[in-house]
Amino acid sequence: MTAAVADNNEVGVSPRLVSGPALAACDVSVSFGASRVLNGVSLEVRTGELVGIIGPNGAGKTTLFGTLVGALRPVTGAVLFEGTDVTHQSMAQRCRRGLVRTHQIPRPFNGMTVFENVFVAAVNTHGLSRKEAYQRALDALSHTDMLGVANRRAEELGLLDRKRLELSRTLATEPKVLLLDEIGGGLSEGESMELLAMIRALSDRGITIVWIEHMVPLLRKAAARFVCLHQGKIIADGKPDEVMANPMVTSAYLGGSVQ
Amino acid sequence: MSLLEVEVLNVRHGLLQAVCDVSFKIDRSEIVAFVGANGAGKTTLFRALAGAHMPASGRVVLDGADVTSVPDHQRVKRGIALVPEGRHLFKDLTVYENLALANAAGRKGAWSIDSVFDVFPNLVPHLRQKAGTLSGGEQQAAAIGRALITNPDVLLLDEVSLGLSPAAVENVYASIGRLVGAATTILLVEQDLDRALSVATRVICMLEGRVVLEDAVGKLSREQIIEAYFGTRQTRSEGVTTQ
Repeated sequence: MTAAVADNNEVGVSPRLVSGPALAACDVSVSFGASRVLNGVSLEVRTGELVGIIGPNGAGKTTLFGTLVGALRPVTGAVLFEGTDVTHQSMAQRCRRGLVRTHQIPRPFNGMTVFENVFVAAVNTHGLSRKEAYQRALDALSHTDMLGVANRRAEELGLLDRKRLELSRTLATEPKVLLLDEIGGGLSEGESMELLAMIRALSDRGITIVWIEHMVPLLRKAAARFVCLHQGKIIADGKPDEVMANPMVTSAYLGGSVQ
Repeated sequence: MSLLEVEVLNVRHGLLQAVCDVSFKIDRSEIVAFVGANGAGKTTLFRALAGAHMPASGRVVLDGADVTSVPDHQRVKRGIALVPEGRHLFKDLTVYENLALANAAGRKGAWSIDSVFDVFPNLVPHLRQKAGTLSGGEQQAAAIGRALITNPDVLLLDEVSLGLSPAAVENVYASIGRLVGAATTILLVEQDLDRALSVATRVICMLEGRVVLEDAVGKLSREQIIEAYFGTRQTRSEGVTTQ
């Protein structure tokens, strides 16, 4: 770790007021053909929380996100957003309510500028006027520090900027709950610290965040709670140190018998 | 001189740097396990060693010769064979045809179709069967056999137990055990740490494209490896021990 990186917890994880669940998965199961990818997952995320999701390859993490935002339909179970059952609502409806995700591999509209990418997100969510949407897009780009590259075409961006753009587009929809799918992967240490600061700032603004990340040390700097998925089930849920010390968690990644 | 030397290797997938400044040396007859989480760069590293993915910078030196720019089909002739993750057999060719093809592409040596069948007797009944119709364990055996028959100096095994039944994994590892001492140097990626430690002589642990821990199997505790795997060690030593 570089000296610039404050070591963990106290600094990053500020206690904040938490109330009823902003988002809940209730006994959610998802199948792809014969294979069951999520098996009875129940998870409550309280308003204002920043929850880290971990789990080995194939655990079902991205599938969980897909189900929460409505890209995938569960075979059983329900998704609740702010107490309302949204299981049968479309992705667009959930997005307008304030539930959005980022993608592991950024998916900008290539051929459009950074600003246009974000403007599309702003204009399509809340029926804003052109002027309001324009301002909303600028606000989002300002938060992610992208105003300087606003007129660059999306395909010209480097990896960190693509991830920032992915984040900017979600911000332009004014999310209440933001699902981040491996947004820190593949970045240098300095870049991931920049991203971390941005995500903390969103959390401080009151946005509820669920963050899938393979880089445990990075996630630990942000999240006060870890949830570990394995083979479509939640096998651990609690304080990051407790989850990482759980033998079921290490066995899920590295094999071996659970004592 | 080491059999295989990797010097400051960097490998990219477009914008993503999958392997960062990786250096290590492998001696003849070593069995080295590469351990690391998803996205640590293990498969990309193996593909770069096999010539299937050209590195952005750095060198791969085999037996004193720089093979960095040698393409994969010629690297097989130089003595590096990869058993890729997911096997990638020619599914519409028979088991025999898969092996015969590799035999023609590879080098002369002790391994022949007959000796492959000695190590993998479970393949014998399926000789004339299309490879795609075999069970996962049999396909894995065929994929390892296909690599062995090229008579490699360095055999790269990428997640040979992935997607196999526990019994099939036992079989594959029993056969790997039979290769030990057959003068083959083996580099392997394996998710199951206990299994990796049971066959390997040395462990190289990768995190986010870098080597973060490296030592002889007996010198590392499971806890040390787990800490390196998750990057949860308190102090990350910059100077990785090399042998």
